Amino acid sequence: MAPAAPAAPAGIRFDGVTVAYHGTVVLDALDLTVEPGEVMALLGPSGSGKTTALRAVAGFVRPVAGRVLLGDRDVTDLPPHRRGIGMVVQQYALFPHMRVEDNVAFGLKARRTPKSEIRARVTEALELTGMAGYARRHPRELSGGQQQRVAIARALAVRPEVLLLDEPLSALDAQLRSGMLAELARLHRELPDVSILYVTHDQVEALTLADRIAVMDRARLRACGTPRELYRAPTDAFTASFVGGANLLPVTVRASGAEFAGTVIEVGTDGVAPGASATLCVRPHLVGLGDGPNRITGTLAELQWRGATHRLYVDVGGHRVMADVRELRQPPALGDEVALHFASEDAVLLPAGVAHG
Amino acid sequence: MLVHSRKARWALWTVFLVLFLPLFALPLLVVLGASFATHWSGVLPSGPTGANYRAATRGEALQALTTSLVTALTASVLALAAGTWAALAAAALGRRSRKAMDALFMLPVAVPSVVVGLAVLVAFSRPPMLLNGTRWIVITAHAVLVTAFAYQSVAAAITRLDPAYEQAAASLGARPGYVLWRVRLPLLLPSLTAAAGLCFALSMGELSATMMLYPPDWTPLPVLIYAATDRGALFTGSAIAVVLMAATLLVLLAVSRLRTRASYR
Repeated sequence: MAPAAPAAPAGIRFDGVTVAYHGTVVLDALDLTVEPGEVMALLGPSGSGKTTALRAVAGFVRPVAGRVLLGDRDVTDLPPHRRGIGMVVQQYALFPHMRVEDNVAFGLKARRTPKSEIRARVTEALELTGMAGYARRHPRELSGGQQQRVAIARALAVRPEVLLLDEPLSALDAQLRSGMLAELARLHRELPDVSILYVTHDQVEALTLADRIAVMDRARLRACGTPRELYRAPTDAFTASFVGGANLLPVTVRASGAEFAGTVIEVGTDGVAPGASATLCVRPHLVGLGDGPNRITGTLAELQWRGATHRLYVDVGGHRVMADVRELRQPPALGDEVALHFASEDAVLLPAGVAHG
Repeated sequence: MLVHSRKARWALWTVFLVLFLPLFALPLLVVLGASFATHWSGVLPSGPTGANYRAATRGEALQALTTSLVTALTASVLALAAGTWAALAAAALGRRSRKAMDALFMLPVAVPSVVVGLAVLVAFSRPPMLLNGTRWIVITAHAVLVTAFAYQSVAAAITRLDPAYEQAAASLGARPGYVLWRVRLPLLLPSLTAAAGLCFALSMGELSATMMLYPPDWTPLPVLIYAATDRGALFTGSAIAVVLMAATLLVLLAVSRLRTRASYR
């Protein structure tokens, strides 16, 4: 039985989805909604439950509790082949015994699409991914990036309402990866109705591609928001350090700001009572070297040259502060006393009680 | 190359030639020599003749060759179908049931084939399953004996099959039957042909169970070889043995060609 053609673009809804293997909870009561046509990145380290969430949508794991909805269809009890999804996995899983065109036509043939239509749809999908010239090749004759495009074409040929991408770029080398990122962004612009769930552990991919990012850690959803929100105003320490990297400084809240290593830093403290401990989050690239507002001093413990930038690790009152500055002509020596500063609006105060990464 | 030094390589070749060649090649060469001889009283056979082969390729012997080929082919196809089916079913089971299946299919290998022959004889000598006296009792016994090997090699191949393929197929909307037919079986094809070759070769050489079961009008080649040597016709027996060997090798060669064409990676 072929899945019904979508009447309207469908989103994905996780409604308290819990998955457990042999009593171990790998996904804990996930509530998340992907709007129709939205790109949602599930970002997290390995073992955070992000792939499990994707597999629950595809139908390869069965939740012990909760429902999965595609549009307004409850698909929790449907087998994978009746869900009407497209999926691309890390290793591509192209069928090695079929030519590229047969790989792309597979889903259409399985759904008994009329022959005349199959040809047109295969051509369309291959053109969309720039692989039209490779229809007669076998997968083993293609490079990793080309196989990746064929895998995407194969998933798109069935015109899914929902596209699931499971670490699709992690098998590619860095240069190809940034090219494919641009390619995926273009694909999404050309197919604005397809909802995309994009699982990745790479924050650059998530920041570049996603409309919203859901940050996962240890089977739980930590934060969900637009890339800008999560980057500029993270709500917890894990999100702050995982999305973009951050200095997480233990501070004590005072009436006029937050005290870190004996220095009171001017920062908004709304809602936090003076005397409470909290975490101050500052991005390394927003920390400057030398005098300025919110000046703190410490000894240089480590210096890394990264081409265009220098990264400084400075010990301030027993805490390590990272700063990324433009390449220095005359970098300080290890053990030197250095001063750091940052603007008040670049610092975010996170409530205490939020565990570190 | 595992061994790098020239001396070590020579030593290895010497060990191979001294140990393995006599063990494996010599008995076969002896049979080949005997098949062309009329006497063998010295070191080498004497009285070269082609008469043994004339006897081995006509009449009774020719019929026995056909019998063997038909038996082995039918038994292999039956064993492959049953073994593959069972292995696919076992793969879908839980760990414990799969272990039980593995053990069940080990039985015909673990039990001496004479016992299997006797069991088949007792089981199928009475209505409603009266096969005794027909060719089908021989084919059944062979199928039972070789199914174990088919099951084992296909089961091993299934565990090596990346589940990503069938999952990708299912996500594209393919029903389980379609996935089996279009993805899993084609990917298993190299192992299936290997299993088929193994089953065929085993069936071609089966003697002990066959001896207890064969009806007069269905005499496979190994039985004929046994009968010939038993009555002292060593040289005729040798010629029939060479024919058996050649026929088996030819079929295996054909199967292996099929296999190279069926392997994708």
